[in-house]
Amino acid sequence: MFGYYLDLALRSLKRNKALTALMVLTVGFGVAASMTTWSVFRAVSGDPIPQKSARLFVPQIDNWGPTGHEPGSNSTEPPSAMSYTDAVALMRAHRAKYQSAMYQIADSVAPKAANQSLTLIAGEAVGSEFFPMLDVPFAYGGGWSGAEDANRAQVAVISSQLNGMLFGGADSVGRMLTFGHHDYRVVGVTDDWHPHPVFYDVVNTGGFTPLAADIFLPFDTAIANDANINGSTNCNQPPAESGFKGLQKSECVWISFMVQLDDAAAVRDYHQFLVNYSLEQQRAGRFNWPPEVRLRGLMAWLAERHVVPSDTKVSLYVAVGLLLVCLVNVMGLLLAKFMRRSGEIGVRRALGASRGEIYLQFLVEAGMVGLAGGVLGLALTWLGIAGVGWVMPPEIAALAHMDVSLLATTLIVAIVATMLAGLYPTLRASAVQPAWQLKSN
Amino acid sequence: MEWRPILSTLRRHRIPASLLVLEIALTCAIVCNAVFLIGQRLQHMQMSTGIDEHALVQIQLAEIEPSPDIYARAREDLAVLRQVPGVQAAALTNQVPLGISSSNSSIKLDLAQRQPTLNAGTYFGLDLPQTMGARLVAGRHLQADEATNVDVVLKALATGDAKQLPAVTVITQAMAQRLWPGQNPLGRTFYIGPVGVRVVGVLADLARANAYNDATAHYSMVLPVFMGVGQNQSYLIRTRPQDRQAVLKAAVAALKKADPQRVVTRQRTYDEVRSKFFENDRAMAGILVGVIIALLTVTALGIVGLASFWVAQRRRMIGVRRALGATRRNILNYFQAENFVLATFGIALGMLLAYAINLFLMLHYELPRLPAIYFPVGAVVLWVIGQLAVLGPALRAAAVPPVVATRSV
Repeated sequence: MFGYYLDLALRSLKRNKALTALMVLTVGFGVAASMTTWSVFRAVSGDPIPQKSARLFVPQIDNWGPTGHEPGSNSTEPPSAMSYTDAVALMRAHRAKYQSAMYQIADSVAPKAANQSLTLIAGEAVGSEFFPMLDVPFAYGGGWSGAEDANRAQVAVISSQLNGMLFGGADSVGRMLTFGHHDYRVVGVTDDWHPHPVFYDVVNTGGFTPLAADIFLPFDTAIANDANINGSTNCNQPPAESGFKGLQKSECVWISFMVQLDDAAAVRDYHQFLVNYSLEQQRAGRFNWPPEVRLRGLMAWLAERHVVPSDTKVSLYVAVGLLLVCLVNVMGLLLAKFMRRSGEIGVRRALGASRGEIYLQFLVEAGMVGLAGGVLGLALTWLGIAGVGWVMPPEIAALAHMDVSLLATTLIVAIVATMLAGLYPTLRASAVQPAWQLKSN
Repeated sequence: MEWRPILSTLRRHRIPASLLVLEIALTCAIVCNAVFLIGQRLQHMQMSTGIDEHALVQIQLAEIEPSPDIYARAREDLAVLRQVPGVQAAALTNQVPLGISSSNSSIKLDLAQRQPTLNAGTYFGLDLPQTMGARLVAGRHLQADEATNVDVVLKALATGDAKQLPAVTVITQAMAQRLWPGQNPLGRTFYIGPVGVRVVGVLADLARANAYNDATAHYSMVLPVFMGVGQNQSYLIRTRPQDRQAVLKAAVAALKKADPQRVVTRQRTYDEVRSKFFENDRAMAGILVGVIIALLTVTALGIVGLASFWVAQRRRMIGVRRALGATRRNILNYFQAENFVLATFGIALGMLLAYAINLFLMLHYELPRLPAIYFPVGAVVLWVIGQLAVLGPALRAAAVPPVVATRSV
């Protein structure tokens, strides 16, 4: 029976080519527009670490007090990053399951061959717990140990890209490399790890950075080696001394911090710890204001930092609006098309077709329009995604891509949406009174 | 024009008619808001920087071996740059307007103030305004003898002995107006941290590097601090617009020759800086323009489709009317009027919807209210599109011969 309906639908669609083309075009257009913007939205707003995001938290401590707050606002939001003093204190206290201070570094990496030019790469100075905390996958080796943190070992974890560039992609664990003015022993090579957004350090990267992190050094080693910050530094007062040493002694904030807390009790305890720490600083005379701390979950933190540009959200709304208009349009056209065939329906009903059968027949026809629209929509989405690079910043455009899930979603959205739009017209068609139709002819 | 038959026909085709009305309403609402959003973006993108944008290029370097004397290195670099043919002026700066990476300071009018009065973009440099082409409207520029190396400044701040500092600054008109509305800012003092700084000159305009907020985008000041070479420092070079690429190339070569132990991390014209800064706004405007075109096309096609269907369905009725004496023009006008009625309903509903969407956007995205002018303009645009879309089917209807009335189906 289904095959017969398909055949009927094909014939009917062929009969009025212009109208069919119009419907297919409309569905294709609407689906492509919404899928293209959705692919961008998905790329920038997705949970970067879904298996763990609920257990990752970002602590904030107000080391500036009321003078550091935004002029003219009543916000009591503490600085978004940490001073060196606080970051080190939190690392030493070690109250969370895992914790890591982080800051962005950049320097030249020595060329492998004489004919290569010096390359500038970016990286991140992190604690040893960074790797287990963020489930960083390794192709070779692994992270360094807490002991290596403590004795400022000259070790490094490098990205697979850098490994390809320096060591031709071979297992480079144990090999040496020169970053800046220091030599480091490679202990691990990450396995194609490029989280988007760069959720572990949004303060310095804004979430999207053209320079991916290619090297990870122990935090204390980087500090000892004077690896200056390559990100944003915010000060409520100029540092008392110039240079990187002065920055470390100042109340300037430039370090990102992340902790892993496995249950609600741990979160409560850590929050209390932050309050106690601030109280201690207050007693010591460093803060002369009551504690003001935050402990946001990773996703809340990304939202707070506006990592997902509100633009992409607005354009998603607009695209969904476009899809809606397209569907209303298709609904009108299907209604017109089906009602025109009242005569045919009357004959089929008179010859014994049940209402359900008529209903199914027309739903198949709507589904076929949806399928054709979906195929066209796929082509247009593909074009749209190729075109995203034209209008979107390259870091974001690079994230929007066609994959199996987008492909399937496009087709499913097109078919389901068209069938939904076809529900009412189909209902009307199946409600045609056979006797009345036959009589009038 | 007889309206009654049109209305009663539409009443009989209530569902398709209301679908078309709904479609027009949604289109109207979305297009009004999208055009408004585009307008907002374009306005933001027009932001003035107060500098001679087409005459500037920027070069940023990273050192492989740290310089023993960062000030001497920078002075020598500047001297080298000034020798490059085509270079009219060169200066060391810690940031450029709309350069994103920024340096800012909180400013107080009184040391006892708990909260700062405002936050301003802080340029460190000497002949920066002259090199950038920022126009001085009052007072004087900073002078060479007021320049202080940054470590001297920091040391003075640390010891609290700021007396020796040439604490003078040049600020923008916008900042002066905000600090001292309606008064002469020359000779007045404000505080950056504990240090009082005296205003000696006023610039017509100089945008800050992180000019995201239109309201505070023009709060900038220039301090006579010499930073020396370093991570966030860069050279700004002024040249003739047509020489920019050649000068950029020659300048990079000259700098590398002066000290080969460094990598060029950035070399660009100022136009690229502006273009990069407004990248997102341009993207948004581009997407919205695309969506508007798509929406209007889909709506027009929908009108064509439904009108064609109605014409086909009513061939007999048209034939009868023609046989009873209606002219071709009557038939044409009938379909045009029908479309006008539908469009009017759609527009009325669409305006309400547009207003509601605007309220939502105002609430969530800090957008201003939709100006009233959008409503009549939006209405006219949709009426015109409706009429254009219906013209084809209506002409086909008008071409139906009266003889159709006598044929049986």
